[in-house]
Amino acid sequence: MEENGTKNKLWAFIITGALILISLMYYNANVFYMYLVAYIWFGFAYGMMLQYGRFCFASASRDLFAAGVPRMAVGILVALMFFSLIQATLASTNMSTFHPAPFGIHTLIAGLIFGVGMVLSGGCASGSLYKIGEGNMTSFLAAFFGLCIGQAVFVDVKWFDFLIPQKWVATAAAKGIPADKMTSSFDTYLAGYVWDQPTVRMSDTAAIKAALPGAAKYFIGDALLTALIPAVILLIIIYVFYTRKGFLKKRSKQKGSPANGFGDDAAGMWNMITASQRTTLMGVLIGIVAGLHILVMKGMQLRFGVDNFGRLLTKMGHTGDVSISGKVFDPGYWYITSQEGQFGAWILEKFGWNMHDNIFFGVNNGLPEPWRNPALWMSFGIIFGAMVMARLSNEFKFKMPKGELIVWGLLGGLLMGFGSRPALGCNIGAFFIRVAGGDPSGWLYGTGMVGGAFIGVKFFNWWSERKMAKEMEAF
Amino acid sequence: MAMKFEKTGDGTYMLDVCGYVCPHPQIYCKKSLEKMNEGDVVEVILDNPSSVETIIQMCDQVGHDVSDRKTEGGKIHMKIKKG
Repeated sequence: MEENGTKNKLWAFIITGALILISLMYYNANVFYMYLVAYIWFGFAYGMMLQYGRFCFASASRDLFAAGVPRMAVGILVALMFFSLIQATLASTNMSTFHPAPFGIHTLIAGLIFGVGMVLSGGCASGSLYKIGEGNMTSFLAAFFGLCIGQAVFVDVKWFDFLIPQKWVATAAAKGIPADKMTSSFDTYLAGYVWDQPTVRMSDTAAIKAALPGAAKYFIGDALLTALIPAVILLIIIYVFYTRKGFLKKRSKQKGSPANGFGDDAAGMWNMITASQRTTLMGVLIGIVAGLHILVMKGMQLRFGVDNFGRLLTKMGHTGDVSISGKVFDPGYWYITSQEGQFGAWILEKFGWNMHDNIFFGVNNGLPEPWRNPALWMSFGIIFGAMVMARLSNEFKFKMPKGELIVWGLLGGLLMGFGSRPALGCNIGAFFIRVAGGDPSGWLYGTGMVGGAFIGVKFFNWWSERKMAKEMEAF
Repeated sequence: MAMKFEKTGDGTYMLDVCGYVCPHPQIYCKKSLEKMNEGDVVEVILDNPSSVETIIQMCDQVGHDVSDRKTEGGKIHMKIKKG
């Protein structure tokens, strides 16, 4: 046991040391790469925090429905509240990289598909990455075949043309995208439908702008109205439906008299929030670090005088990495999935598949080599950060998926990959970041995700009940 | 790989969900407890750290006692007495 602990610590030092060395090599190659190095270390920090707090968006709704446990839902809502306040501070000082997304029913549908996928695969997009760091290869299957390959294929095929209305085809054609960059069903969907949907950010709405001039519109419109109030309402709902009864019963027993006053409920709420201290603590920290991430990336952009890492790649002569708009995928904050899609596309191109002939890679996000892909480095950072934390707490265990887990990992991963594209994001980019930034479409995605998780849990309940009945035949 | 739920004695059970990842360990644990009588004890063996947090909170909320938690060779053992 002692020997194992020493070995794990050694591994933690080796991984951290390797990342420091890689960072220095990038700095030595060109100071512009410090932009990319910032993504590595923020990814590393996310990975450590996600692993320590067992922070997974899939378990938020899944454990609520499957086991009646609100631990993760509470952690996420706490993180959201802190992050929204920092987002508002950054927006008020013009240091935010946040941008709202097109609002429409597609967000809800995409969330639903993603929600089913994350329950089947056992982790959301960020959760799957940190679990890979713990040695969980079911999560690797989900991330590699679903988020990477599945997503890349999804944006480049014509398989979904039968779902595309003629109106979208005509609208897309009028956008003036070069014909060799608009070849897939997803391209028509993007140019013919998504781009024409309105974007909503509370601080940008006419009513809020008129009522709250100055910085107040960010704190009240974006943070208070879009994130804080809904989050508090959700915490109360979760308390009332999942923990109130058990808590008051226990408290009545302890007090020797009925516990039914406001003070008892306030104590119950606090008890729910602090029930898993490591999750709640990480919720606070994640919220703060996610805000700092935005600040640092904006600072980098100002320092180098660019709005996207693609400009720096072009300055360094890597013109083949960028899209026709001169950009690469560079969210400027915590984000998962698009970079995995780029990695999948990069692999498929090695097998002769042209992945530059679509809007997603060819026009919007580019296809940089993986070692020059900033957001992909953030994902690697998450994996390595989680690996270091898991090693330090002797929780790393290499687990190959067997039997049914291979099916759930692949199927869930594919659904996550497919569900993250139509809404232009996943549990992080389409829910967490958006809600905290004052974009109500994040709640639409979140509602879809919770609905999808409910369906996934229903399925697993049925499945496990069958297996339990079989096991109990011998009793 | 298969989960094992065995009756090991009078009022004692063993649930082995090693190899399983979220959400399977917590779902099987919950279902096992549902099948048991009050006072019965189940020894749960798993190797998915994320599930442990959920199982402990689930037991705490419902009133089951968790004891003898230990980690051996990457496997987590714990005993749960149904309350």
